[in-house]
Amino acid sequence: MTLFDYPFMINALRAGTIVAVMSGAMGWFMVLRRQTFAGHTLSLVGFPGAAGAILIGLSPAFGYFGFCIAAGVVIAMASPPVGSALYSEESAVIGSVQAFALACGFLFVNLYHGNLNGLTNLLFGSFLGITNGQVLSLLAVAAPSLVALGLIARPLLFASVDPEVATAAGVPVRLLAVVFLLLLGVAAAEASQITGSLLVFALLVLPPATAQVITGRPVLGMGLSVGLGVSVTWAGLVMAYYTPYPTGAFITTLSFGAYVAARGVRVLNERARSHTAGVAEGALT
Amino acid sequence: MTGTLAVLGWVPPVFGHPFMRNAFLAGTGIAACCGAVGYFVVLRAQVFTGDALSHVAFTGALAALAAGADLRLGLFGATVAVAVGMGMLGRSGRADDVVIGSVFAWMLGLGVLFLSIYTSNSSGANGTAGVSVLFGSILGLSAGAARAAALIGAMVFAGVILIARPLLFASLDEAVAAARGVPIRALGIGFLALVGLTAAETTQAVGALLLLGLLAAPAAAAHQLTTHPFRGLALATALAIGAMWVGLATSYAVPSVPPSFAIIATAVVMYAGASALHGAARRGFFAGGPNGESLAIPEGIHG
Repeated sequence: MTLFDYPFMINALRAGTIVAVMSGAMGWFMVLRRQTFAGHTLSLVGFPGAAGAILIGLSPAFGYFGFCIAAGVVIAMASPPVGSALYSEESAVIGSVQAFALACGFLFVNLYHGNLNGLTNLLFGSFLGITNGQVLSLLAVAAPSLVALGLIARPLLFASVDPEVATAAGVPVRLLAVVFLLLLGVAAAEASQITGSLLVFALLVLPPATAQVITGRPVLGMGLSVGLGVSVTWAGLVMAYYTPYPTGAFITTLSFGAYVAARGVRVLNERARSHTAGVAEGALT
Repeated sequence: MTGTLAVLGWVPPVFGHPFMRNAFLAGTGIAACCGAVGYFVVLRAQVFTGDALSHVAFTGALAALAAGADLRLGLFGATVAVAVGMGMLGRSGRADDVVIGSVFAWMLGLGVLFLSIYTSNSSGANGTAGVSVLFGSILGLSAGAARAAALIGAMVFAGVILIARPLLFASLDEAVAAARGVPIRALGIGFLALVGLTAAETTQAVGALLLLGLLAAPAAAAHQLTTHPFRGLALATALAIGAMWVGLATSYAVPSVPPSFAIIATAVVMYAGASALHGAARRGFFAGGPNGESLAIPEGIHG
C-alpha cells in the first residue's frame, strides 16, 4: 500500500493544495504590503470563532469564516494608511484585539468543558479525517476568492507599491485595503481548518517572503510563492505520514529552510556582483 | 495584607487560599514589569516583536519539557536569547517585520514538534502541559515559583526604571540621542532582553498566547490618557497591576471563568475605556466647544 491508496491522504493532499495556493497568493500581497502583524492576528482569530461555534452547536467552519472576515473588516477600518505616524498606536490595537480574541477562545473551550484534544486540533490543526465534502467546500470558497484577487491584482499592486501616486491617479486605495484584508481573512479561515489557527501564519508568510527574496517581479513571484507553498505542504504531509511527528513542524521547517537558503544565495550573489564590479573598475583604471 | 483589606468584606476569602495568595504575589510582580516594559514596547512600535517573543516562549517552554528540564529554564533561555538575537540583527536594535514573522512562524512549528514529543513520551498525566503553557496557569503556581516570579518581576521593573530616561530619549528622537552620545544600539538590545524576560514571566501567568494583551493593552491605555512620559509609565504599571487584581478576583468569584481570560478582558476593557475617554476629550465633550472643537483639554486627560 502506498500513501495514495488511503482516501484520507488523498483528501489531505487535495485540501492542502487548495489551502497552499490560496495562502501563497494572498500572502504574497500581505508580505508586499508589510501587513504581517495583521495577517497573524487574522489567522489567530479563527480559533475563538471555531470554539464559539462549537459552543453554540454550529459547525466550526461558520466560526472560522465569520470571525476571520469580521476581524479583517475591523482591522481595515481601524488601520491608518500604511506607514503613517499612527502605526505604533494601531499595532497596539491589533495586539490587544488578538489577545482578547484568543482569551475568548480559551473561555469558550472552558465553558464547553470540551476535551483538550479538541483544543489542540483547533490550534494546531489536523490533516486527518478530511471529508470529500470539506474539500469541495474549501474549493468553493477558494475559487471565487482567487478570482476576486485576480480582478483587483493590478490596482492593488499599484496601491501597495506607491499608495500616494495611486491615490493621485484615482485608485481607490482605501477600498482596496478593505477588500484585500477581507480576502486575507477568507484565506486565513480556509487554512485554519486544515493547519489550525497557530500555523496558518507559516503558510501565509514563509513562501511569499521567500519568493520576494528571489524575485521582485510580481507574476513570477506570486507563481513562485504558490509553487513553494504547494511543495512544502505536500512534502510536509508525506513526511508526517512516515514519521510520528506533526505535519506543522515539517511544513514550517521546510519553508523556513527555503527562506534562509534564498536569503543566503542572495547575499552570496550580491557579494559576487560587487566583487566583479570591483574587478571591472580596477581593470578600467 | 489580609488585615488592611478586611474592610472590603469580600476580599479576605480570596486570600484565605494559599494558591490565591501565590497568584496575587506572582501576578503583582508580573503585571508590574509587563506594564512598565509594555509602555516602551508601544512607544517604540515593537508590539509585533512582543508577539514574536510570546511564540518563542511557547517553543522554549515545550523544548525544556520535552528534554525533561525545568520549564522555566527553556522559557527564559529561549526568550532572552531570541530577543537579543533580534536586537543584534536589526539596525539600531529593531528587526524587519517580515524577518520576525518568518522566524516565529518556524518557531511555532518547532513548538508543535516539541509538544508532540513531550506528549508522546510522558505517560498521559501531562497532556495538559501544552495548554497551560499557551494559556497560563497562575492559580497552579507553587509558593516557591510565585516568590521567584515576583522577584524577577521586581528586578525587570527596576531595570526598566533604571534605563527609562536614556531609553525614552532614544525612542523619541533617535538621531539627536545618538548625537548626544546615548548608546542607541546597546539600549535597544538591552531593552529587548528585558522584553524577553517579561515575555517569559508573563507566560507563567496568562500563557504565551495571551501575554500580548497584558503587554500592549494597559500600556496603550496609558498612552491614550497621558502624553507625559513618566506619568504614562506609572499609569501603565498601575493599570496592568489593576487588571491582574481585578482578573484574579473575578475568576475567584466566578469559577467557570479562567483567570487568564478575566485578566486579559479587564486589560482590554481598560484600553477601550481609555480610548473612549480620549476620543470624547478630543471631540470636546468636556470642554464644550461650540462646534465640537475642544477649547481646552482638561488636566489629566492630556498630561
